[in-house]
Amino acid sequence: MTNLLEVSGISKSFGPVKVLKEISFDVRPGEVHALLGENGAGKSTLIKIVAGVINADEGEVRLDGKAVRFSSPREAAAHGIATVYQELLLFPDLSVAENIYLGHAPKTKWGTLDWNAMRAGARALLDSLDSPDLDVDTTVGKLSVANRQRVEIAKALSQDAKLVIMDEPTAALADADARRLMDVVKRLRDRGVGIIYVSHRLPEIFALADRVTVLRDGAYVGTKPIGEVTEGDLVSMMVGRAIDHLFPKVDTTPGETILEVKNLTYRNTVNDISLTVRAGEIVGIAGLIGSGRTELALTIFGITPATSGEILIDGKPVTISSPDDARRLKIAYVPEDRGSQGLIRPQTVRENVSLAILDRIARAFVVDRRKESALAKDAIERFGIRTRGPEQRVKQLSGGNQQKVVLAKWIATEPRVLIMDEPTRGIDVGAKAEIHALMSRLAGQGLAVLMISSELPEVLGMSDRVLVMRGGRIVAQFDRKDATPDAVGAAMTAAKAGASLESAPAGLRGAAAL
Amino acid sequence: MSVETPALSRLVPIRRWKSFFESYGQEFVILAALIVLFVGVGLYNPRFISTNNLTSMFVGNAYIAIAAIGMSMVIISGNIDVSVGSLIGVLGTISGTMAVSGYPIILCWLVPILIGMVINAGVGVLVAYVKIPSIVVTLGMLSILKGGLISVTGGAWISGMPPEFMIAQFRLFGLPSSVYFMVVLTVLAALWMKYSVFGRTIYAIGGNPEAARVSGIRIQPSIVGVFTIHGMFAGFAAVLFATQLQVIQSTVPPNLELTVITASVVGGVSILGGTGTVLGSTLAAILFAAIGSSLVFLNVSAYWLRAVQGLMILATVLADMARRRRI
Repeated sequence: MTNLLEVSGISKSFGPVKVLKEISFDVRPGEVHALLGENGAGKSTLIKIVAGVINADEGEVRLDGKAVRFSSPREAAAHGIATVYQELLLFPDLSVAENIYLGHAPKTKWGTLDWNAMRAGARALLDSLDSPDLDVDTTVGKLSVANRQRVEIAKALSQDAKLVIMDEPTAALADADARRLMDVVKRLRDRGVGIIYVSHRLPEIFALADRVTVLRDGAYVGTKPIGEVTEGDLVSMMVGRAIDHLFPKVDTTPGETILEVKNLTYRNTVNDISLTVRAGEIVGIAGLIGSGRTELALTIFGITPATSGEILIDGKPVTISSPDDARRLKIAYVPEDRGSQGLIRPQTVRENVSLAILDRIARAFVVDRRKESALAKDAIERFGIRTRGPEQRVKQLSGGNQQKVVLAKWIATEPRVLIMDEPTRGIDVGAKAEIHALMSRLAGQGLAVLMISSELPEVLGMSDRVLVMRGGRIVAQFDRKDATPDAVGAAMTAAKAGASLESAPAGLRGAAAL
Repeated sequence: MSVETPALSRLVPIRRWKSFFESYGQEFVILAALIVLFVGVGLYNPRFISTNNLTSMFVGNAYIAIAAIGMSMVIISGNIDVSVGSLIGVLGTISGTMAVSGYPIILCWLVPILIGMVINAGVGVLVAYVKIPSIVVTLGMLSILKGGLISVTGGAWISGMPPEFMIAQFRLFGLPSSVYFMVVLTVLAALWMKYSVFGRTIYAIGGNPEAARVSGIRIQPSIVGVFTIHGMFAGFAAVLFATQLQVIQSTVPPNLELTVITASVVGGVSILGGTGTVLGSTLAAILFAAIGSSLVFLNVSAYWLRAVQGLMILATVLADMARRRRI
């Protein structure tokens, strides 16, 4: 069979960070090719290159044997490549038919829109996707996520797509909707469309994919026909890298319980969470994006106050309804997105470090500049922040040093509980090891640390205990010695460790067998 | 491609002039422009730098600089107020009417300031707690104040205020009191913004409201506070405005709010919030006054002043955008 799409030797860097290293893979017509990897493995970048959103630094994309280089998604669409993104790109105030034909609507001989042809065409497309219940005249804003997805797919088909890229299409869907979507994907495949399918859900990949390619840290790990691998194999391929001195975890004997959370719930994103963190202990929370990890941190810290449940500090119940409350209770939160939640970018290192304790270093209502400067100098030294000095603006620092500034700001509040959300996202390996060393040292000084991370090696390397979240709940708990990549990875993706195809439900197996 | 590789050469102790210039760059540019203007136009026509001209320049424009102080604080906090011109018109009319009606002079000065604070505290509540964008609230306020003023007074002239009411015309050591007010208020506000917890909170909120909130800063009372202080400066400005001439026309000075906003922005206050100083806005207000006055001495139509202001605001915002994009 000739290949529909061939990608060879693709590399891409963002600034100094190499996010893709010589990736090669191919897609055949009538094939579902799954793309698998941890968050940050480079999947999204790779599909953006294929879809013409960004350009590769090196390497070649061939479509039907011809080398192509798209300068825009529109050009890629004209060549028959359509993308269904994770965040759906539809216009909520336009009708289903209008969305499907946006940009290539049929015209009458007068040059006006041919509404009849458009509505009939949209109807036919949706029927062919087994969605006769969808009205082509409703506005898209009124549809459920699952139905919007169908509209996106119909839109792809209306452009005669030969290759459809689907980026985690089922991430936001309930089980029944996900199954229906998978039926649609199979219909597409049976028509000879090639599909690149990005998903974290292993059972889904076994049910749908013909082949699977695994990426890790921007590098190509391997491509396998689905019949030749087990779920266990895939988990190992995704996360199985050696854990080394990147994680300088010091053994500690945990002390008293400082933070305790009982049946904590926030709407439907945090469900009935109970956990404890003791002094000197690092508790890691693993889970996929959307599993409720960050939402849990936001709730404990009072950014989205709990709708029910209890938070206890030193065994005493407390009320946390704003970050200000949390700060007063000596809880610190180093947020997931330091750009939007951690730093005041136009301000200096000094001004950022003192932000959370301004009222404490002020005499009457005037900030004590001597104390403030001393604090900043001390932070620069203690945290090894590489800067020209306290008066440098934080926007000029590298990502790792910015993260140290955020950490320094919170340590200045002398917290007893430190919540770190993705403490090393987007920073280079050297700075990562430094942040890890700091975390370990802080725990050694008796801080209770709750760490959230998408990087499994980080969770496994740094935590005394690992909690796994899925669907807003804690679904598994491991002690440090039992927390293997396979076991934790399987709990994250709802697969059984070492599960083989035989143990998958019969229906899924049948579908995967082609 | 790495812009910020921490090479050893960058670890040298901070070069103070550099950070100083980063903080006050715009202020220097305006100061330089002022000096060039005074020297250039002064050489062309020495009467431009005569005491008489300088005095009338300051007396006629100090209230704009004072209003721009409060405006700068509001813009630094990430908000804007397009109603300040109308507010000054209303407060000035109240002040003058009270003076003519024979109220104690001190009340004629203080009551407008208090009313300004109360009105703008209300604006602050709508912005911070009801979460209506400040441009919408103040657009509404602009119409209410302007329409209300003209309906009530019919735009009538107020005259016959007692001489001891005319505070803008008082002199000390030969200088009009407006100059003292402008300088003292600017310096106090500059120190307040730089060193007080409140000032620092305002910069943080304007720089990144989300990060400020996550850092435990209570944003809503701070926003109400900044609008209230802005109302106080509008009150000061209104009293000086009402007392600079022997008559007050009870309408809103045309385009006043735009002149005030322009002074803030040209003075280096980023329209996106978080950066700038009140020193810059006062210098910019003086610059506008000087440009306006110099046009007369250069025999150029005064209507060009608005066009020049417009060009300056565009140039400043473009420079601001370019600076932000570079980093």
